Amino acid sequence: MTTIETAAPPRVISVRNLWKVFGLKGERIPNSPELAGLSRRELMDRTGCTAAVREVSFDVAPGEVFVVMGLSGSGKSTLVRCLTRLVEPTAGEVVFEGEDILNVDKKRLRELRRRKFSMVFQHFGLLPYRQVLDNVAYGLEIRGTGRAERIRRAMEVIELVGLGGYEHSYPDQLSGGMQQRVGLARALAGDPDVLFFDEPFSALDPLIRRDMQNEVIRLHHEVGKTMVFITHDLSEALKLGDRILIMRDGKMVQCGTGDELVGAPADDYVRDFVRDVPRANVLTLRWIMRPPRPDDVLDGPELGPAVVVRDAIRVVLAAQKPVKVVQDGELLGIVADEEILAVVAGPEAGS
Amino acid sequence: MKLTFHALPRSGRIAGVVTAATVALALTACGGAKVGDTSSGGSTAKAGTCGTFNLAVNPWVGYEADAAVVAYVAQKDLGCTVNKKDLKEEIAWQGFGTGEVDAILENWGHDDLKKKYIDEQKTAVAAGSTGNTGVIGWYVPPWMAEKYPDITDWNNLNTYASMFKTSESGGKGQLLDGDPSYVTNDEALVKNLKLDYKVVYAGSETALITAFRQAESKKTPLLGYFYEPQWFLSEVKLAKVNLPAYTAGCDADAEKVACDYPKYDLDKIVSKKFADANSPAYKLVKAFTWTNDDQNVVAKYIAEDKMTPEDAAKKWVEANQDKVKAWLAQS
Amino acid sequence: MATTTTTPAAPTAVAPAPQPGPRRQLGRPLQVVAVLVVWVLVWLATRGRDTLSLSPADLTPLHRWLNDVNDTVGANRNSSPIFLYFFNEIRAAIDALVTFVQALISQPSFGRPVPVLGWLGVVAVVAYICWVFANWRVALLAAGGFVFLGLQGLWQQSMDTLALTVAAVAISLLFGIPLGIWAGLSDRFHRLVTPALDFMQTMPTFVYLAPLTLLFLIGPASATIATLIYAMPPAIRITAHGIRSVPRAQLEATDSLGATGWQTLTGVLLPLSKRTIVLGVNQTIMAALSMVTIAALIDAPGLGKTVIKALQTLDVGTAFNAGLAIVVLAIVLDRATTAASARVQQPARRGGLRRLLVLGLGALAGVCCYLSYTYVWAAEFPDGAGVGSALARGADAVTTWAQDDLSTATEAVKNIVTFALLNPFQALLTGSPWWLVGAVIVALAALLGGVRAAVTAAACVGLLIGTGLWQDSMTTLAMTIVATLMVMALGVVFGVWMGRNRHADRIIRPILDAGQTMPAFVYLVPFLALFSASRFTAIVAAVVFAAPVSIKIIADGVRGVSVTTVEAATAAGSSTWQLITKVQLPLARQSVTLAANQGLIYVLAMVVVGGLVGAGALGYDVVAGFSQGNLYGKGLAAGMAIVLLGIMLDRIARSAATHLQRT
Repeated sequence: MTTIETAAPPRVISVRNLWKVFGLKGERIPNSPELAGLSRRELMDRTGCTAAVREVSFDVAPGEVFVVMGLSGSGKSTLVRCLTRLVEPTAGEVVFEGEDILNVDKKRLRELRRRKFSMVFQHFGLLPYRQVLDNVAYGLEIRGTGRAERIRRAMEVIELVGLGGYEHSYPDQLSGGMQQRVGLARALAGDPDVLFFDEPFSALDPLIRRDMQNEVIRLHHEVGKTMVFITHDLSEALKLGDRILIMRDGKMVQCGTGDELVGAPADDYVRDFVRDVPRANVLTLRWIMRPPRPDDVLDGPELGPAVVVRDAIRVVLAAQKPVKVVQDGELLGIVADEEILAVVAGPEAGS
Repeated sequence: MKLTFHALPRSGRIAGVVTAATVALALTACGGAKVGDTSSGGSTAKAGTCGTFNLAVNPWVGYEADAAVVAYVAQKDLGCTVNKKDLKEEIAWQGFGTGEVDAILENWGHDDLKKKYIDEQKTAVAAGSTGNTGVIGWYVPPWMAEKYPDITDWNNLNTYASMFKTSESGGKGQLLDGDPSYVTNDEALVKNLKLDYKVVYAGSETALITAFRQAESKKTPLLGYFYEPQWFLSEVKLAKVNLPAYTAGCDADAEKVACDYPKYDLDKIVSKKFADANSPAYKLVKAFTWTNDDQNVVAKYIAEDKMTPEDAAKKWVEANQDKVKAWLAQS
Repeated sequence: MATTTTTPAAPTAVAPAPQPGPRRQLGRPLQVVAVLVVWVLVWLATRGRDTLSLSPADLTPLHRWLNDVNDTVGANRNSSPIFLYFFNEIRAAIDALVTFVQALISQPSFGRPVPVLGWLGVVAVVAYICWVFANWRVALLAAGGFVFLGLQGLWQQSMDTLALTVAAVAISLLFGIPLGIWAGLSDRFHRLVTPALDFMQTMPTFVYLAPLTLLFLIGPASATIATLIYAMPPAIRITAHGIRSVPRAQLEATDSLGATGWQTLTGVLLPLSKRTIVLGVNQTIMAALSMVTIAALIDAPGLGKTVIKALQTLDVGTAFNAGLAIVVLAIVLDRATTAASARVQQPARRGGLRRLLVLGLGALAGVCCYLSYTYVWAAEFPDGAGVGSALARGADAVTTWAQDDLSTATEAVKNIVTFALLNPFQALLTGSPWWLVGAVIVALAALLGGVRAAVTAAACVGLLIGTGLWQDSMTTLAMTIVATLMVMALGVVFGVWMGRNRHADRIIRPILDAGQTMPAFVYLVPFLALFSASRFTAIVAAVVFAAPVSIKIIADGVRGVSVTTVEAATAAGSSTWQLITKVQLPLARQSVTLAANQGLIYVLAMVVVGGLVGAGALGYDVVAGFSQGNLYGKGLAAGMAIVLLGIMLDRIARSAATHLQRT
């Protein structure tokens, strides 16, 4: 790689051909194309093993919110645990900031866990006999930070997540949403490079869930951490994620931005998945524009291709002329009333 | 449905196997001696002339030796049915009144029990001496008697007191006592002889014997309460420490005792009912007498040679027919 | 970032902050330490005063009075109507039951030189019953276990023990389950019966052995009753617990349908608590088996007698052989009843096949019974397998090796623990004036457990003084506390290890079970050789008996800790040590306190055995009372003192635990 060429975008996490097989002698499955190709049922009957994660590869860019999504049994929880080696992968490669973490020794792994990444769990995982302050400071405590420094830093993140005033309360005195904020604060206290979230809001009420999602978004704006987010809720994924990986039965189905998934689903599974999404909220103009026609008036308003349809509705409907989709001075296409209405009015209007 | 074995479902196969096994067992087992064929067991001679006789067996090997021999003779020569009951002295004496115990073969003093049951409740009577003499006293392991010959004189005990110190004796020398059912004046003796010792209660004869055994094998000091006849003495010949000689009446006041233990004429106690019935068994018990050496021999068979009491008794009886005849002559 | 256009506002408003939580127990440890410091200071000043000591041969008026009562009972035995018409009837009934079972399986009967069912018959019947009520695996284990008993050369003794156990258990269940149901249904009865049950389980058996023979004569009846006094409480307690655990929802449903009390009992309560009740049967059997050696002291036939006789000649090998047989019996009966209780949960599998098998295997068992009735080879277990003597030799060899090679090291350990830990503690307790110790105990009870615990403690202290055995109680208390500390140390170390590591659990657990069921008498001789007659020996014997319980409780607690919390702590980068000390142990707090409480009770249960190996104090007093008539009253008072110590420590520990819970 020379200095003249644009370097590939730096990757925080790089996963290649990751496998996790549960059961005796699971290692032979990734190495055998025949076994690897069996369905879950056949594999269980033949070998007594379950392949929870099959040959998953992806990259996570710095500052990105990468969402892994799937239904129960898709392997997403196992996948995120493989990334921090809470579960030991069977085969494959996980490179974190250039370091192959599958081969580091225990000491280095602990260091990585203490300083480089942290995790937020579905059922919070707080220590019930410690106050909020001590729970948040736990990560700092185990890496040997002094008491005064711990408290100072813990108070900082407690304020950050909006729990100011509750630092001396005990977890059983807090609601579910507040407990998860503690979990969040604990994860942030050590100033990690990457935050992992394992379905953190699934155990909360819907209203609280929405609040917490907004919290995460706000935090991401403020602190800018890279996040890997696991969820089974599509709307949550679309709301939070920069890029989304859909998993099914341990395999990757499609990986892309929200609008890519909605606009160009890879197969029937994805198509079925995204069927109920309000398309106008997700699709961008790029997906609904049409090539300019000879009789188009070309002096209407201009919008970028990444503008979400919903935001463009008023402009398009208010304008008397078709709206031009322009990027870098180049005309990419036209969006007129029909295109808008097709998206808004007819969900069956296919891609 | 084709009825081959393998065509049956798994359940059917199991049922088949079970039935076959039952039949096979029933057929093959119809051989071999039947119960009652070789009944050489069961009482033969003079069954019924003697009846049943309840013999208490106190938990020490010497007594077991006595009981084994008496029971053997009673069963074989008199045709009695002997019920042996393993009981401590207290409970055995208690059993006189309820008719559950007929005889105690070896009684060590126990004036208090004699007073209670012979004099007051009148449920028991003395039945003569066993011919054994019991000696209680303080003993040390033989290696100590060899190395410190003057230790057998009680006047020198204070000079050796520090040797006998243990974690239990609080800075003084330790005097180890055994089973609480054995008569002991040791507390008073230590006080009245002005000895720098503390009595530590091992709590059981087992503990006492183990202590002496370890002391001899490891050559560590030990001063303890012990007694003859005892089977252990044929394994390790403990050396007696001589306290001031016993004189009549010197142990009358339990708190002022300052002399050695008297020699005990070990005797037999029987229940009044048993004595009044005057059965052949009672006569045998009354006539039974033998020496310390006799008892030690049988005790050794049981404790060291690990013979069963019955076998030990048989061996001794066959070698001492004359003594046995003498007892039987009187019953 | 995704596609929202509105920037989220400031942190979502939360409810106004509550008052910060109460400062939990921050001062309490300091207060406890303060009390202890004050105690030591006052002790230094008042050492040796008012210590209420009593030398081993002395008696107080209370003891003499108890002696007189005992004598009166003895004197009136043959004339009083209570005896003639009440106790004698009970005795006759129990005697008949036990003799009947013995005639069936262990003793020559009906004019024949062998029992009705020889070894083949017993093995077949036992295997069959196990198969019917549990599963074939347990049946195989039972058959194998029983055959092993024969191979050890202990068939008749094992059957005698089994007969006694079966009789005791049958009577325990016959009265225990209905009483348990009553206690389950009626709060008042439950409150009444609980202290009685506590008493039955903590009063040392030695204390009531002699009076039992007075009331019920020497024989199977006394032995059975001695056993069932210890074995009935579990039956009652667990049945009551089972009834009380039936979920409210079920009861409300039947109530609303208009069921009568009887219908509710038979239709809902009993079926739903079936599993717990079978577990109660399991515990009753275990309790009965633990009484085997003590019952031998009043001439109960069986394995216990073999053990005790072997000890008279220090024959560790034979004692071990017999002790192993007791362990085998315990394992077989335990697995069988546990499997039966698990099976009770599943719906009955009706099927033609099963009915066929039940009949078929029953016939097979019947054939075996007939064979063992008729043929000698099937009636008397064939001799000469040599397993028993091999085991005995092995045990002897190990003992000799240990006595020869280990005893210097073990003496050293004993001396260190005695001089560094036990003696100072004992000096503190026995040298302080009684009013000082009493005040300290009440103060600690108040601090740790609140008013109620303090009142109980005060009452117990008062009664302890009343028994006239204050000094001995303090000595025993010192030993108990040291033993409990050792038990807890072992409990934490092994409990955490087993809780975290399934392999370790699988290997260690059977050793723990053996430690609990092997009669203490078996390993007393080697211990005596290793540590000589001393308080430390008593402590070690108690630790061997009590540690398994604590270890198991803590292991279960650690294993039950919330998986998410452990994951979270691991993901945060905790090392193993940090995980154990900061997460798993604190989260298993309740198990740890339960382990301490149970460890204490089990240690107290071994006080009397301690008296047989040089502990002195209350244990020796009880043993002496059993052996000498004029010390009987003192022995009884010592037994009461042990019960009082148990109540006092147990109540304090329990209230401390509930207090801790609220923090």
